This record gives sequence, C-alpha cells and structure tokens, in this order.
Amino acid sequence: MPTVSVGRDLLFQALGRTYTQDEFDELCFEFGIELDDVTTEKAIIRKEKHLKEEDEIGGNEEIIYKIDVPANRYDLLCLEGLVQALRIFLGIDSVPKYKLADDVGKESMLKMHVKPETSVIRPFVVCAVLRGIEFNEARYNSFIDLQDKLHQNICRRRTLVAIGTHDLDTIDGPFTYEALPPSEIEFKPLKQVETFKADKLMEFYKSDLKLKKYLHIIEDSPVYPVIYDRNRTVLSLPPIINGAHSAISLKTKNVFIECTATDLTKAKIVLNTMVTMFSGYCKQKFKVEPVEVTYPDGKSYICPELSPYDMKVSLSYINRIAGISLEANKVAGLLNKMQLHAEQSVSEDNECTFIVSVPPTRSDVLHACDVAEDVAIAYGFNKIPKRMPASLKPLPLNQFSDLIRTEIALCGYTEVLTWILCSYKENFAMLNRKDDKSTAVVIGNPRSADFEVVRSSLMAGILKTAAHNKDHPKPIKIFEVGDVTVLDELKDVGATNHRQLAALYCGATSGFELIHGLVDRIMEVTGTPFVSAGDNTGYYIERSDEPEFLSGRQASIIYKGKRIGTFGIVHPQVLENFDISDPCSVVELNIESFL
Amino acid sequence: MIFLQMGFEEMPTNNYVESSFWNFDALFQPQQHPARDSHDTFFLRDPSTTKTLPEDYVERVKQIHESGGHGSRGYGYDWKREEANKNLLRTHTTAVSSRMLYALAKKPFEAKRYYSIDRVFRNEAVDRTHLAEFHQIEGLICDRGLSLGDLQGVLHDFFSRLGMSKLRFKPAYNPYTEPSMEIFGYHEGLKKWVEVGNSGMFRPEMLLPMGLPEDVTVIAWGLSLERPTMILYGIDNIRDLFGHKVDLSLIKSNPICRIGL
Repeated sequence: MPTVSVGRDLLFQALGRTYTQDEFDELCFEFGIELDDVTTEKAIIRKEKHLKEEDEIGGNEEIIYKIDVPANRYDLLCLEGLVQALRIFLGIDSVPKYKLADDVGKESMLKMHVKPETSVIRPFVVCAVLRGIEFNEARYNSFIDLQDKLHQNICRRRTLVAIGTHDLDTIDGPFTYEALPPSEIEFKPLKQVETFKADKLMEFYKSDLKLKKYLHIIEDSPVYPVIYDRNRTVLSLPPIINGAHSAISLKTKNVFIECTATDLTKAKIVLNTMVTMFSGYCKQKFKVEPVEVTYPDGKSYICPELSPYDMKVSLSYINRIAGISLEANKVAGLLNKMQLHAEQSVSEDNECTFIVSVPPTRSDVLHACDVAEDVAIAYGFNKIPKRMPASLKPLPLNQFSDLIRTEIALCGYTEVLTWILCSYKENFAMLNRKDDKSTAVVIGNPRSADFEVVRSSLMAGILKTAAHNKDHPKPIKIFEVGDVTVLDELKDVGATNHRQLAALYCGATSGFELIHGLVDRIMEVTGTPFVSAGDNTGYYIERSDEPEFLSGRQASIIYKGKRIGTFGIVHPQVLENFDISDPCSVVELNIESFL
Repeated sequence: MIFLQMGFEEMPTNNYVESSFWNFDALFQPQQHPARDSHDTFFLRDPSTTKTLPEDYVERVKQIHESGGHGSRGYGYDWKREEANKNLLRTHTTAVSSRMLYALAKKPFEAKRYYSIDRVFRNEAVDRTHLAEFHQIEGLICDRGLSLGDLQGVLHDFFSRLGMSKLRFKPAYNPYTEPSMEIFGYHEGLKKWVEVGNSGMFRPEMLLPMGLPEDVTVIAWGLSLERPTMILYGIDNIRDLFGHKVDLSLIKSNPICRIGL
C-alpha cells in the first residue's frame, strides 16, 4: 500500500477544521485509508541518518501524518487529492468539473509530433499544459512529490510511464518526440552545469544513487527516446532525466507536462492525475490546456481526455451487492460523496437505473461493482445489516492425516511443523543424496540460501529440528505429517505434492527397533496385515540401500506391492552434516496410499 | 472444526507449485501488478512454466484484462501469455479457489461453501514476524444474491467462534475483490482494535469469464494462521512457533487448544 506524508496542520487547514488524532483515525477508517504513523521531519531525518535524540539536525518539528492509501487510488497520492476526496466525502465540496480550456483553437493548440523510431523503445506520449498556475513552496513540493509517487507506483518505477514537467515559457512548440542514437543527443541535464552526450550521461549516472535504477530501461537500446522543442532544445531524455533548460521553479507560471510510455492506458491515467490534482491552482480553476499529439501514421489525438466515463448501473444491483435497500435519491447522494455523479432514469420495466459519470480522478472504477462498493462505503460498512446466508465435508486426505497424527502422538512422539523451503544442500548433499535433476522443484529467484528448493522429503526438516534441540532431554521423539513436492510430467504445472509422514528417534541408542515398532503400529491402525515378501495384500519390508541410512540397518516398506517409504539408522555422515551427536533412527513414508 | 460446524467443504490445496495464470491472471490481477515482481514471489527455475491451460478460458481472461467486457472497462494493456505461463510457489490459497470456482462453473450451478488451511509462499525479507512461508486460512461462499451484509454476518459467526465477538470493517483495496473489507477485531487483552483478516466479494471480471451465472456472487475471506496464534499465545518471534528452531519443551508443555468449545 502506498504511503503519503502530509503536514498535519496544512491538512487540517485545508479540511477546514482540526481533528483529534482519534477523530481523524475514525474518519480514515470510514473512508478506507489508514493513519499509519505520526512523526516529524526531524524524526524522519534522525531515523534516516541513525542519529540519537540529542543530536543537532536540520528539519522542523511540524507534525507529519503518514497515511496509507489504496494501491489503485492514484488521486490520493498527494495532499491536494486527499483533501479533495475527504471534503467531498464529508459533504463540504461538490465534485469539480474538469474541462479542457476552450479558448484554444485547433490552430493555436500546442503540438507534439511523434517520430516513427520511438516505436521500438517507448511508443506513446501524452501531454497537457497547466496555464497560469500559482505555486508556493508547499504546492511546489507536493507537485514534485506526486510525480515521484506516481513513478514508484502506477508507472512501475518509470518502466511503464515517465513524467516530465517543464516551464513552458522557456521552450517553443511544436515539439517532437524522437528516438536517436545516444551519441547524437547532447544536452545539459537537470541539476548539472555541463552538457553531456547521452551515452556519456548514462555512464555518469551509474554512480547516481537515485537515477541508476532507471538506466536499464533504455540502456541497451540502439536509440534513446528524447523530446525536443522547435529550436532543438532538449526537454527530456525519458525515462531518465529532464533537461536543465526547461526546469520548473517556484516562479513558473505555465507548466508543460509530457508523459512517455510503453502503456498508453496508464500514461493517460498518470497525466489525468497530474492535471486534475493541480488545475485547482490555475488561473482558470479546473481548466487544462490541451495538446495535440500526432503519430507517424498521421493520426492525431487531443489530450488529456478529461470527459467522464459513463457507466450504467441499476439501483437493484447496488442494493443487492451492498446488502441494503435504499431509495434512488439517497443512493445518488451517497455516490456524490465518492465523487461520482449519478443521473437517474427509469426504464420500461420500471427498473431504476443510474448513468454514473466517473471523473478522470477515479480511474479505479472499472465496473458496476466498484460503484456498488462506493455506495457501501459512503453508507458506512459498519451500518450494513448483517445477515446469515440460507452441509460437513473435510478433505479425506487431511482428515486422514489428522487421524494418523493422533495415533503417532499416542506413541509418545511430539508433532513438529517445519518449513517447506530449504537449501539445495540440505535437500541433497547433506543427506548423502545426489540430485538426479528430476526430483526437486528449484526456485529461480531465492533471496537467500535458505530458500533454494522445495523439500522433496521431510527428513532434512526433522533432522534440523533435532539438531536445534540438543539441550532437550533424551530421547527426542518427534514427527511431522506434511507435503513434499516433486517434479511430475503429468501435471499441468509440472509438479505435484505428496503427503508424507516422518518420525525420528534420537537417544543414547539408535532406537532402530522403536522406529520399526512405529512402522508396525501405523500398519496396525490402518488395518494392514504383515505378509510375506511378494504378497500384495498387506505390507512387508525388504532390504534397502539408501545413502542417508546406515548400510544393512535400513529397510524399504512395501505396501500392497508398492514401495511407500524407508526406515533405518541415519548414516553417521548425515548426522555429522546436520551437527547431531547422538544416534538417530528415522522413518519416512507416503501416507496417500492408505486412503 | 469451526469451518466444519459452519458446513464448509475443504478444498484440495496440496499443490504448492502453481502457474501465474491461476495465481494471478484468473483473479483479474494485472500483469504489471507489484505482487507479480520477483521480489515478492518465488518463481521457479524447474519446472519453470506450465504445460497446459484451458485455452478457451485463457482467451476470455486475456480479453477481460485487455479490453474488458461483462460491463467492465478492463485494464487496457497487452496481456502476455508468457507471463501467465510462468510457474511459481503459490502466494495465496486463492489460486486454488480460482481453480475450484472454474470447475464449479463447468457444471449446472450449485451453491458451495469452501474452506482451506494451507501453506503459502512470499519472497519477503525474513524477520521476527515474517517468514518466507506461512499458513493461510481461507473461506468462501458461492451462491446467488449474496451481499456485503451476508459477508459481515458470516464473519461475525466465524470470528465469534474464535473468541472474537466485536468486529468492525474498513474499506480496502484488493485487485480481485470489490467491495473489499479489512476485518478488525477488538482484542480484550490488548484493549485495542487489531487487523485480523481481509475479505470481499470476488469481482465479476473474475467470475464471469469462468462462466458462472450473472447473479452468482462469491463472498470470501482470508487470514494468516500465525498472526492470530502469536497474539493468542503472546509469542513475539514467529520462529518460536513454526520451523526447526522451535523448542520441543514448549510444544510439550503447551495447554490444549480450546478454541471453538
């Protein structure tokens, strides 16, 4: 969940009243956001630099609220959006109507021409202008922060969309969006004093902590995306850096915004979020100046697209999903609190339907179910009357596992629950086993050696448990019933689980006879008679030769003609590998055959 | 036990390896969603991809992601089959729920109550409260005309059997449920509200491509097994509860579990 930091006093001022922390918590809870932390700029700096209370540092003592917002509400990623959403939710404001400035004719409209080469690296661009904006320090910082928040969230760290903002008074349209070999691009990037060629610049940024993580997006491409104005001034080298020439400042009055992208839908959402959040500070409130983007195929588009998306939703659907029965007028009022405008219409069959207008700030509304949820939120989740919807069946395998667990516990064994992920070594080499490459599921991106493979037997986990309980009085008698995973060509995903049972005895003697006794007990309670070798009606044991057990002190368990497991004295080398100093016996068998 | 008393049927969750398709795509979770990043999910080197998927259903899922349908706008991006084919260790048991509901949709409709309690995997940094694997408890009810009121009613019943009778619900966001509610329970010992689970109604974009009838809704909820257990027994390190580093004496001396009595 993304977190937004806003100054408490600024927030309360914008909301038009102060709240106690409990009151604000409550408001957040009802609306579906969360006051995650209350801190100060000073405390944040201290934490970052690992400083103590008494150390003298910069920053001020203003209280900062850190608020968790839902991952699909990009409009809540800045103070402006939060305040607007909460004020409308509280019924203070009505939903703003965002409009394209209509005093700009098609002739005088700013233009962006897209060159064909961009298609190989970053094919889309959308633009807009915020005309006559009035920044102050707080607004300006919020404007920069919002870009950063969008870059980290919906833009997927600039891979899908990258935002560039420019002082329009320093550049001249028409603009071109091109893709050129790095050596042909030369400009002075933001915050630098020298000019760089793009290839050299990429080298330079390899040591830049903030920017180096974006270099991979274009680094290996023969051409880099770049935006020029009519005088060949570089606006930006997306998705890496803007040019210094067109940098915005507190004094900037007219802002040109461009979003380059590999995903056009997301680019439109990002641009809409930027312009709707800040058009409130423009001379003509909530008006945005459009830009015409022309693609190489000659098709041109006017952006941004601010007109609401209309959705048909019936009253009965809303009431059915939310579990309430409200009148149409009441529902329309609740929708208004969630920034959705609803127009009623009654169809021939007397069914009341709403035409719901979804504003450009609410890109999260995809389906009527989202509308129904908004009604439920505005109504209050906790006011919905509770109902109980108008059969006993556990999975036989799990029920059977529980029965077996009880039986083994009755024999004096303690149940353990160990991890399914283990290291490659533990699953093979430490058990004296060789990997035949056709057994274990291997993880492609392990974070550490502890999570390299999915266990293909329970033995390693149970040995590790014994090893970690050296101080426990002997004998140690433990068992586990759980799943292992092995490769399986017959399954759609190529792997399958098996339900296994493993038990361990560790004491002054190996306890081989006790483990053998446990095997006999399991057979007894599953109603399996002991039979002579080769007889398929019961079970018998036969000499085995598994590397994890001591030779000559181990046997396979043959159940109805099928080998289901092995028991024996654990090989001294294996005990040493797991750092166990006392002798152990172990049985491991598959219990699915008993079903 | 509690699920059984409430008349639920257990889902077969004995498959840790799952394809991205059933774990994410079938749940209408877009392919660029952060949860699908390698630093949240364990992807597999072997077996790296799934061999088969139900082709006609895959086509419907692709469509709903790309351009919507069934009254939805969709996400408007190029859906890639290669992403869906990637195998992983399931990140939630909802992957099994999606398979179960798909199977249910192939037959004449019948109301169902399902539950599961099993292991799930997240490629997360390990600390005192987080492990790379944990258990998820999941319950779902599939029937005609279910509402948020039904979901709240069932949750009250479920959690009161666990000894938590004061609940309240917070609006939340999940890619595959809408409406979504986080469940908070009042902890009498700690004297505060603690988050105890997540819930919601599966999105039509998930259910309709499966072929379930329009008026069928599915209410579902999930919670981790470890978190409430740690709160219940006052354990502050998850490794003391689960894994090979547990103290055997602690297991032996722990009182019997009386929840549900």
